[in-house]
Amino acid sequence: MGNLDPLGLTRRSFVAVSSALFVVAALPQKIWAAALRPETAFQATTLEATFEALGGAPTVSDGIVFSTPDIAENGAVVPVRIEIDTSVLSDVSKIYVIVEKNPNPLAAVFQVPPNTQPYAETRVKVAQTGNLYAVAEANGQLYMMQRETKVTLGGCGG
Amino acid sequence: MASRIRIRAQLKDDYCEVKALMRHPMETGMRKDQSGAAIPANFIEDVQVLHNDVVVVQAYWGAAVSANPFLGVRFKGGAQGDIVKVVWRDNQGDSGSGETTIR
Amino acid sequence: MHKGFIRGISVVLIGLWSAMLFSETDGVFDEYRAMLGDDNPAIFVIFDGEEIWFTPAGPKSASLEQCDLGLGPGVVEGAYAQLPRYFADVDRVQDVEARLEHCMTQLQGLTPAEVHGKPYSLRGDLGTELEALVAWIADQSSGLAIAPMQAHAKERATYELGERLFYYRAGPHDFSCATCHEQAGRRIRLQTLPNLTTHQGAAEAYSSWPAYRISQGIVRTMGWRMRDCMRQQRMPELIMGSEATVALQTYLAVNGAGAPMAAPGLKR
Repeated sequence: MGNLDPLGLTRRSFVAVSSALFVVAALPQKIWAAALRPETAFQATTLEATFEALGGAPTVSDGIVFSTPDIAENGAVVPVRIEIDTSVLSDVSKIYVIVEKNPNPLAAVFQVPPNTQPYAETRVKVAQTGNLYAVAEANGQLYMMQRETKVTLGGCGG
Repeated sequence: MASRIRIRAQLKDDYCEVKALMRHPMETGMRKDQSGAAIPANFIEDVQVLHNDVVVVQAYWGAAVSANPFLGVRFKGGAQGDIVKVVWRDNQGDSGSGETTIR
Repeated sequence: MHKGFIRGISVVLIGLWSAMLFSETDGVFDEYRAMLGDDNPAIFVIFDGEEIWFTPAGPKSASLEQCDLGLGPGVVEGAYAQLPRYFADVDRVQDVEARLEHCMTQLQGLTPAEVHGKPYSLRGDLGTELEALVAWIADQSSGLAIAPMQAHAKERATYELGERLFYYRAGPHDFSCATCHEQAGRRIRLQTLPNLTTHQGAAEAYSSWPAYRISQGIVRTMGWRMRDCMRQQRMPELIMGSEATVALQTYLAVNGAGAPMAAPGLKR
């Protein structure tokens, strides 16, 4: 979705506006501009502060298909996968991976332009058994799905 | 110097699936070494996946992403032979990149 | 390509064999392991190992290209699967680490102290050269049947010694390997303890080491695994390349013979 609004159309002459639009339309497709790194959110140390920094408490949506193992053999590497059911949740442009009981809950952010599927797979550190959250941003609204992942203490071997 | 990224890009159904494994310690800055000194934070902060030089995924990571991190993404419009590139940059200013062709 | 064909068939066979093997163990971590898939950071260590093999080092400024791992100087493909084995030039049975030590001292002129001084990575390390070499060498046997040589009298004697050591109780806890690894269906916390006296248990263990160990972020070898078991039993240090470690590895390898190698593995 091209972002044409920043042309900042105020009181310009009709002709000027038309010309400007014509020139813009003739330009090659505008390169999608990603938002900057949400540093405040990365620095937050509680789940609430993380949500606040991202824009508010998300509402639960089953349009977020969030996969994490029920039990992780080791908390240093926990695979997570987030898919979006676009028939339920469209226009997802950002996905956040949050681990509630980590010192800094926000672990990763994925931003996608329209022709990239809102999908992300990665591996995160989970300090202790607790909730993981997949948060999706669509049209400025935040949605989430949570899952609990247990983290085990090793035996020996393995 | 061997590549620090292993990338696979495969066409599936109606999208291209990219799986990348990066070599990086992803140090949180909270661990201590044998002598008790803190090991400095050293982690990938920024990852981009490009298809034919166009950014298709922009990721920002914290130190909580696992060591030797894995990334899986999907995008549309890829064709066999196209180039998929993954580029990362860490908090210490180091960077790495790798590319592959779509199968 | 011949190699690619073998690899392809191997992958299928490993898959089928693994499916059979893991059906009887606890399924607690199945989902976790499945989600990790086969994206194994050991791949980077394999690349390192290959580079190290071909890089001149030591006072003699020689690479390891002339190192004989049992199939002739420089033949690496398939060599790991036939270790441990008897080497006439040293008149003893050696595992991969003992053999690499030999090559590093003979071909490269390194002193035993230099090679042996730091046998395994310490906590927080990023991996040793030996670990990388073992990762690459084992990968060069991936898919091939475990087939430690047992033709020579010393090879068979090594197996017998390994079996004796396996059952030998010692240390402050009066443990032996058998204390934990002689029965089926046992676990420590959620880690299944394989029965290493059976073909299946031994095969599962021997085929999956060396392995990228998630909890440490580096590749660890079979020799290290044994050493760490000993440490946890509060036994004396199991020295890399020693007669004892070679014997124990021989015991496992022979018990698991026939199953395909699947190393480097991916473990917690």
